Amino acid sequence: MKVTEKEVAHVAGLANLELTAEESARMLHDLNAILSYIDRLNQMETANVQPLAQAPGLMIPGEAADDCARDDIEGGLRKSLPREEALENAPASDGTFFRVPKVIER
Amino acid sequence: MTANFLTIDAVRSALQERRLTATALTESYFAKIEKQDGEIGAYVTLSKERALNKAAAVDELAAKGDPLPPLAGVPVGIKDVMVTRGVRTTAGSKMLGNYIPPYDCTAVARMEAAGVVVLGKLNCDEFAMGSSNENSAWRPVHNPRDLGRVPGGSSGGAAAAVAAEMAVAALGSDTGGSIRQPASFCGIVGLKPTYGRVSRYGLIAFASSLDHIGPMTKTVRDAAILLQTIAGSDPMDSTSHPATVPDYVAGIEQPVRGLRIGVAQEYFGEGLNHEVRIAVEAAIQKLAALGCEIVKVSLPHTQYAVPTYYIVATAEASSNLARFDGVRYGYRAEARTLSGMYRKTRDQGFGMEVKRRIMLGTYVLSAGYYDAYYLKAQKVRTLLARDFDDAFTKVDAIVTPTTPTAAFKLGEKSDDPLAMYLADIYTVTADLAGIPAISIPCGETKEKLPIGLQILGKHFDEVTILQLADAYEKAA
Repeated sequence: MKVTEKEVAHVAGLANLELTAEESARMLHDLNAILSYIDRLNQMETANVQPLAQAPGLMIPGEAADDCARDDIEGGLRKSLPREEALENAPASDGTFFRVPKVIER
Repeated sequence: MTANFLTIDAVRSALQERRLTATALTESYFAKIEKQDGEIGAYVTLSKERALNKAAAVDELAAKGDPLPPLAGVPVGIKDVMVTRGVRTTAGSKMLGNYIPPYDCTAVARMEAAGVVVLGKLNCDEFAMGSSNENSAWRPVHNPRDLGRVPGGSSGGAAAAVAAEMAVAALGSDTGGSIRQPASFCGIVGLKPTYGRVSRYGLIAFASSLDHIGPMTKTVRDAAILLQTIAGSDPMDSTSHPATVPDYVAGIEQPVRGLRIGVAQEYFGEGLNHEVRIAVEAAIQKLAALGCEIVKVSLPHTQYAVPTYYIVATAEASSNLARFDGVRYGYRAEARTLSGMYRKTRDQGFGMEVKRRIMLGTYVLSAGYYDAYYLKAQKVRTLLARDFDDAFTKVDAIVTPTTPTAAFKLGEKSDDPLAMYLADIYTVTADLAGIPAISIPCGETKEKLPIGLQILGKHFDEVTILQLADAYEKAA
């Protein structure tokens, strides 16, 4: 499979990345190089293989997954971060909310 | 004051016997960093106030003659992907250049509760993406063994700091080899525990099903001591495992005679440097001489590990890094519209390798390609994990080289992402399968560059690999 310039632009849009022309050209080259290497996976027959999403270490015998769930704690596990602390790293805030540029265009 | 080879036990006995104060020791490390780190670049941020307060508290305990906690006064560095309350944490990225976390990573909190002194935050590849530490937004790290060479990555600052005696030990993180590969390049010990053994709470996420925190130390015993401190379940990480934490330090003392060690030809194929091969084969002979039984095993899907890894890891990264949008914390680029602000922020805040991985990850998850790439990779991941399950029915551990070559030169691979990815060829398998793995020094090349021996173990059987590593270290 070969990635096209148009696909690079589409994927950059999906990822919320604004690439410069130079970066787009580099990306096109690099993605194709990496994907052609990755294509070797298609040599393998996997029709009857289950996908693995999580490292199997969590599934040791006798330890069912639901054993990991804790009992409910009244009032929640911990208090939320105080508002002032939550806003301390904000690039822009009015002391109560995060400030962002206008969302709705006129 | 700073000895040339200071271990955790040496620090503890010196403090307990009042031959040394934690404050003097901490100050001597800061002096050493001041003097040496200009040319190495291991530290991004020093946490002097926090360190000296902690050291003073340890000294107060010692003065009262109270028993000291197990890691009292031990000066350590923390890879800059683990958050530290009140101490800037950047993940090696401009995106988090001014980020002051409001909470502590569980592993760091456990270390501090055991008495360690955190000297500062260690340089790394941006968001732990890289194998040479050249992707740091701040500066590359130089290998203390040869300043013209890379220290490995992504925990390059951590490996360099320990190798250059600018910390007694460090915490690193490993997603595709980021603890073991730099440990190998810098000639130290690096342990990646079983997935779920150590809480990931407070580790800035790269690929959640592959990320691990682990110790980087000068000796195997120190690695066992640190693992003892940070292992165990944590209510803040639902993937941390409730399995009982064994006594690792006592475990390493057990005899290795009779243990069965697997050697897989797939790790000795094309691309393996001759000198590395000779050193690793000699190490295997040494283990045989210690009474271990050497058994041939096969891990037939190994050649598919790197492509599988780069699909799974980038897919998860593209999702995890979506949070960096300039709204709640981190870098923001000004723009007239919200969507423009997102895009400019991410374009200016992320470096090229991070963007490349976000692009690849987004692509393999996008409509029309999900089955061909992401689902395919998840299935191959099953086969890779099964390879190990099969092999571990015949052996107790598997021994391989950690990396195909010793440390390469700065700039040598930085323009070729694929060549860089292949530096991880022997390490990504343990992350994909979630099994524990350790890298220990096993000799040097003619150019005096360290070579690493990797020992892989069964899930939750860190004891056996530590035991073998300790026996080898003592015999070598």
